[in-house]
Amino acid sequence: MVPPIDYETLRLIWWALMGLLLIGFALTDGFDLGVAALLPFVAKTDAERRMVINSIGATWEGNQVWFILGGGAIFAAWPFVYAVSFSGFYLAMFLVLAALILRPVGFKYRSKRPDAAWRSRWDWALFVGGFVPALVFGVAVGNVLTGIPFRLDGDLRSFYEGSLLGLFHPFSLLAGLLSVAMLVLHGASWLAIKIERGTVHDRARRFGQIAAILSILLFAIGGLMVARGGMGFRMTGVVDPMGPSNPHLMTMIAAPGAWMSNYTLHPWMLVAPVLGFAGPLIALAGIRTGREALAFGGSSLGTLGIIATVGLSMFPFILPSSIDPASSLTVWNASSSHLTLFVMLLVTLVFLPVVLLYSAWVYKVLFGRITLKDVGTNPDFY
Amino acid sequence: MVDMAVIELSRLQFALTALYHFLFVPLTLGLSFMLVIMESIYVMTGRPIWRTVTRFWAKLFGINFVLGVATGLTMEFEFGTNWSYFSHYVGDIFGTPLAIEGLMAFFLEATFVGLMFFGWDKLSKRQHLFTTFMVALGSNLSALWILIANGWMQHPVGSRFNPDTMRMEVTDFMAVLFNPVAQAKFVHTVSAGYVTASVFVLGVSAWYLLKGKWVAVAKRSFTVAAAFGLASSLSVVVLGDESGYALTDNQKMKLASLEAMWHTEPAPAGIAIFGIPSLEGRDTRYEIKIPYVLGLISTRSLTGQVEGITELVAKAQGRIENGIQAYDAVEKLKVNRTDMVAREQFERHKLDLGYAMLLKRFVADPRNATPDQVVQAAWSTVPNVPVMFWVFRVMAGLGFFFIAFFGAAFYMASIRRFGCVNGFCRLFMRAAVWIIPLPWLAAEFGWVLAEIGRQPWAIEGVLPTFLGASSLTVGQLWTTIIGFTLLYGTLAMIEVRLMLAAIRKGPLDHENEQSDAAVAGHGYTPLPAE
Repeated sequence: MVPPIDYETLRLIWWALMGLLLIGFALTDGFDLGVAALLPFVAKTDAERRMVINSIGATWEGNQVWFILGGGAIFAAWPFVYAVSFSGFYLAMFLVLAALILRPVGFKYRSKRPDAAWRSRWDWALFVGGFVPALVFGVAVGNVLTGIPFRLDGDLRSFYEGSLLGLFHPFSLLAGLLSVAMLVLHGASWLAIKIERGTVHDRARRFGQIAAILSILLFAIGGLMVARGGMGFRMTGVVDPMGPSNPHLMTMIAAPGAWMSNYTLHPWMLVAPVLGFAGPLIALAGIRTGREALAFGGSSLGTLGIIATVGLSMFPFILPSSIDPASSLTVWNASSSHLTLFVMLLVTLVFLPVVLLYSAWVYKVLFGRITLKDVGTNPDFY
Repeated sequence: MVDMAVIELSRLQFALTALYHFLFVPLTLGLSFMLVIMESIYVMTGRPIWRTVTRFWAKLFGINFVLGVATGLTMEFEFGTNWSYFSHYVGDIFGTPLAIEGLMAFFLEATFVGLMFFGWDKLSKRQHLFTTFMVALGSNLSALWILIANGWMQHPVGSRFNPDTMRMEVTDFMAVLFNPVAQAKFVHTVSAGYVTASVFVLGVSAWYLLKGKWVAVAKRSFTVAAAFGLASSLSVVVLGDESGYALTDNQKMKLASLEAMWHTEPAPAGIAIFGIPSLEGRDTRYEIKIPYVLGLISTRSLTGQVEGITELVAKAQGRIENGIQAYDAVEKLKVNRTDMVAREQFERHKLDLGYAMLLKRFVADPRNATPDQVVQAAWSTVPNVPVMFWVFRVMAGLGFFFIAFFGAAFYMASIRRFGCVNGFCRLFMRAAVWIIPLPWLAAEFGWVLAEIGRQPWAIEGVLPTFLGASSLTVGQLWTTIIGFTLLYGTLAMIEVRLMLAAIRKGPLDHENEQSDAAVAGHGYTPLPAE
């Protein structure tokens, strides 16, 4: 069967969809991560903490599926990216998984026993489950921007030549902190619309303001480091966007500064970094003026803008290699076959709207602020 | 060449994490549907006791469910982290069911499970039942998609090797979707989950009945579990047999090795109920056979032949020799994509390419293999026969035991003998408590049988397991194996303790319990607590 959409277009669509899934993850589970990272600081008493936990208790699980689906979709549409990135970031990935595994258990088991030490331990487990993934995801993105130390052999088997500690360098740490700031802002904005006004609400708003300012600063410094630090890669020679997915059939080189060139080539792409700055500003204004929906909208736009900036700056690169640029993975050499991309697109077009529809229904049913009183009276609460 | 320590540790980690994940999955699969049944009765009869029943089991469901979700996270990424070459080599086909699983199944169960717990007072009765049903549907659909992926590893249909991209690519999605192995495996696996949940609910209910606690909840749960368990245990054995039938066409070696059948027998072959298989001697001693049965089960005829291990090894040897030609062609195409002679050579031998790769364990370039190495590689297609033989017998034996067990339970439930004080009845109730771990044993053995039986292949006939692993170090692997073991071990301890505490605490709603006990006059007397 020959799909009715050409290979080049499908690759572009799947590049965009991969970005969409990552943004979907950051917009939904992102605030869960942010709320968990804020938990020990915005909520001091047990009742306060339960209020914060239950502001995401019923919906975090569905949100987390964006992450799982991200993994599955990258496997299906970009098998090279799935194979190279997760095996390369092996121990970092273990850290993320171990931290994320603490989350479901923390939510469910924390309030099953009354004793304070037990609950406090789980509160810190939930903090780890929010803070560590947020940090490591950012660090990983920082490393993708600078290039990952891997090479492909003749059979296209990937060999990774870095270490866990090697992942942490100034730029990637900055990216990690930006990721934490961005998601803490998003989490604080969520708390602002989801819990009753009062002490906890005030604390969340204070942390939200700090996070918004940090987001803007870190995003600006990160941008300068990308522009001045000479990061970037480029494809040379003949690029066949319809060709077989095999990096050995194309030429990629390190080209310092190339991450900025897309913005001269396609000025519309500047929308992304502009949103990256405007979003946190809007959120800041929303928080300060008590317009919580505006704050949440702002933090969402900011998250979208920051992630899109990374993707657009690197296009068409997905995973550049720092030690062997010729092994770099791009939109044109790392995808699934033409047929798989097409079938997966059909499946996505059918099921993603359904998912969005019933998720919206669930959020609607659970609409409304959680109060300290609820915590005492609702037997279904965590 | 290949560092076997890395391979063995990668296999160990996958086995540990998958077997651990599968401790929670079967109960989720089955209990979710039992909740649907219980809640449906509540919605239809409107009697509050059924709401108490549903909410009680939902609480236990929740404790179990979170660990299924938590450990499932690892599984979604483990192909990439630990089986990187596998992921590259077959991601074009294998990734699709995993992605669809996320989109179609995980979203469904995970989005609705929160509402199931938090929505009791926010939804109408029917809406809540719908929510519970979506959770059950979602978790069972996830089993469907993961077994389509696994079925393809056992029987790789609808795909071909593409020398331009050095990987397998899909040619026919419908074939992958309607793979007969996947279909049989799906029904077999979810039925096993239903049996697990039924044994669990029956066992806990029996314990309450023995103690005379929460009897109204317990006897209703007992009845639901007995009926559901009887149907499921029949289905699990019948569909297990269907898997056996499916094996004969595509996984003959698996069948021969679980039967420890070293040589082809005249049709119809007998089935061994006992024996001591030996890998060194390549024979089975002290064998006790029932004539005809294996031939009948696996070929559905009196004349069909079940091939023996030695004969299958000889076939594998031929395919290895053929595969070397395909390998040679691929190597030439790597140098020059337009080499038409090599392309033609590849087309002729491509179906056996995977067999040549078996040689990579013994020699760097399969084209330089000696005849001895070819024989060695051919014998490497035999899985661990003694393990297969015994694991199969334990699993199948338990399958038949569950049918008998639920037959008895169903009989007791239908004559409404719950408050038994003496004899067989009381013995049965105690047994019901003690056998709670058995379905887990059967399920884990089923996984071992399916996956050990596929060795030495990651993808049957396509990619040997030892080539699929990531290029990791032994140190990295030990770090994560120890890390996962500590993390999972701690969580398991916490889970079991919370589960036991929740069972001891029992259902929350005591008012209904008493009023119901007061009106229950039909042949039931509460037992004094032991």
